[in-house]
Amino acid sequence: MSEKNGQRRLLQGNEAIVEGALAAGCRFFAGYPITPASEIAEMMSLRLPALNGTFIQMEDEIAGMGAIIGASLAGVKSLTATSGPGFSLMQENLGFACAAEVPCVVVNVMRVGPSTGLSTSPAQGDVMQARWGTHGDHPVIVLAVSTVVDCFATTVQAFNLAEKYRVPVIVLSDEIVAHTRETVVLPDPADIMVIDRIHPGVPPEWYIPYEDNSRGVPAMAAMGSGYRHHVTGLIHDVRGFPTERPEEVDAFIRRLFRKITNGFAEIQITRSVMMEDAEIAVIAYGAVSRSALRAVRLARSRGIRAGLLQLITLFPFPRKAVEGVLRQCRRVLVPEMNMGQMIREVKRVNLATEIVRHNRVDGQFITPAEIYDHLLSM
Amino acid sequence: MMKEERYEMRFGGSGGQGIILAAVIFAEAAGIHEGFHVCQTQSYGPEARGGRSKAEIVISHEEIDYPKVIGMDLFLAMNQPALDAYFVDFKPAGILVADATFVDQVPTSRALVLPFTTIAREKLGNELVANIVALGAVGVVCGKVGLASLEKAVAHRVPAKFTELNIRALHAGAEAARQQDLSALPPFIDSDEEKEV
Repeated sequence: MSEKNGQRRLLQGNEAIVEGALAAGCRFFAGYPITPASEIAEMMSLRLPALNGTFIQMEDEIAGMGAIIGASLAGVKSLTATSGPGFSLMQENLGFACAAEVPCVVVNVMRVGPSTGLSTSPAQGDVMQARWGTHGDHPVIVLAVSTVVDCFATTVQAFNLAEKYRVPVIVLSDEIVAHTRETVVLPDPADIMVIDRIHPGVPPEWYIPYEDNSRGVPAMAAMGSGYRHHVTGLIHDVRGFPTERPEEVDAFIRRLFRKITNGFAEIQITRSVMMEDAEIAVIAYGAVSRSALRAVRLARSRGIRAGLLQLITLFPFPRKAVEGVLRQCRRVLVPEMNMGQMIREVKRVNLATEIVRHNRVDGQFITPAEIYDHLLSM
Repeated sequence: MMKEERYEMRFGGSGGQGIILAAVIFAEAAGIHEGFHVCQTQSYGPEARGGRSKAEIVISHEEIDYPKVIGMDLFLAMNQPALDAYFVDFKPAGILVADATFVDQVPTSRALVLPFTTIAREKLGNELVANIVALGAVGVVCGKVGLASLEKAVAHRVPAKFTELNIRALHAGAEAARQQDLSALPPFIDSDEEKEV
């Protein structure tokens, strides 16, 4: 941990992600620098060696993702960070991490795409890619950050969830959050809850690496610790070896989903602001939730009963919280810096509420005035 | 009406003029040494040098929701293209601080135009500290952050061997601003309607 914790500091979102990762016990980073995520790699290269950790700049993002999977299998909490173009390259290995149930955290600082897009401008275009970017039916956890404090807390949360559920966790940031500096006081290390993966409690010869249990999350032995086991991206049986037997394949896929479903209550994180008596609501995530918060406050100051539901967990989609808002409010606005990705998830929950989109794809931040004006016209 | 003490600043110039560094130093002085809530953001093009560069600072005694500038209370323009491009959100009651070395058309009479780069070149012998000269002037004009706080932030953010030069630059800028009579700036004629978002 930093010796400066407990003090007031001026930190960038990217720096707070590094502090959060280190606080959660991350000791391995591999990646390839890219705007607007480079500061994460830069800070990690400064901080990790002093903590007996490892930093590797790889030849590309494919290798970066591969390296953090390897490090995690060896028992070390691992992180990589990138932006859209690099995130695209990571998708194949990300799927391997899902199939082999390797805990790891991937930060994607979103910029305008597709392709090289606008390298220094913010966007929220990678939401569905984070959920479905790698092929096959797979569960994954996607969290979104909106402030510097969030960057710290949510990154800690990301590692905790990754470890607890043996699943890759994707943290979506964007150019605004990444490069905003704010005054923060980071918590004392003693006040941070850290979760570690469960190691096998049986002797090596009894270890069954993918054996089911009530949580659906098998105990995980570190490579080199004496617990010999096989790791593969092929669908595997409880011993980790490839299988095509329908009942084993079915059990495997269903367990992957069940372990996440079991944890919905703690995984689906949202933040409600002024929702108690709200008649009209904004559902937002990432940097846009800051614009939305201001718009809602402005509406309140004019006597309009507006409220905000900020989604911190994007996937598994926090249906319960959204359902509550849709039951309560006659109209809901979903502002996004894309052509409309989360709005479709909101609509899938839909009761009879009118759900209105508000999109911006010019590389510019959605302003409070835009949201406020739109709320007023609804 | 939303009443709050949100003080918003924008620094604009070209890449390489140290616009973002100046903003980070101001943000640190305000946030760490004066106890304000601070949000400092920036936007820039993909070029390492040249191109437009913009940095923003919002300070408040309350937590800040929207991190970017809504209406500028103070605008520091280090050259004409930046002044022209970023003047749009200037509050009627705002103050423009501009570098006379690179600015010749000033769109408001509520302006303090001082030759920051010339001062850096001639008085300090190094044009690179023009941003810190300007920062010294900004500190005086906005009145939110003491010179001592700016000094501490400068010392923390610039390499040790350039600390002394930068501190002198800060003082040179502050001195230049103090010689101007800010109360002589034409007042903004207030109206009931307030711009809010």
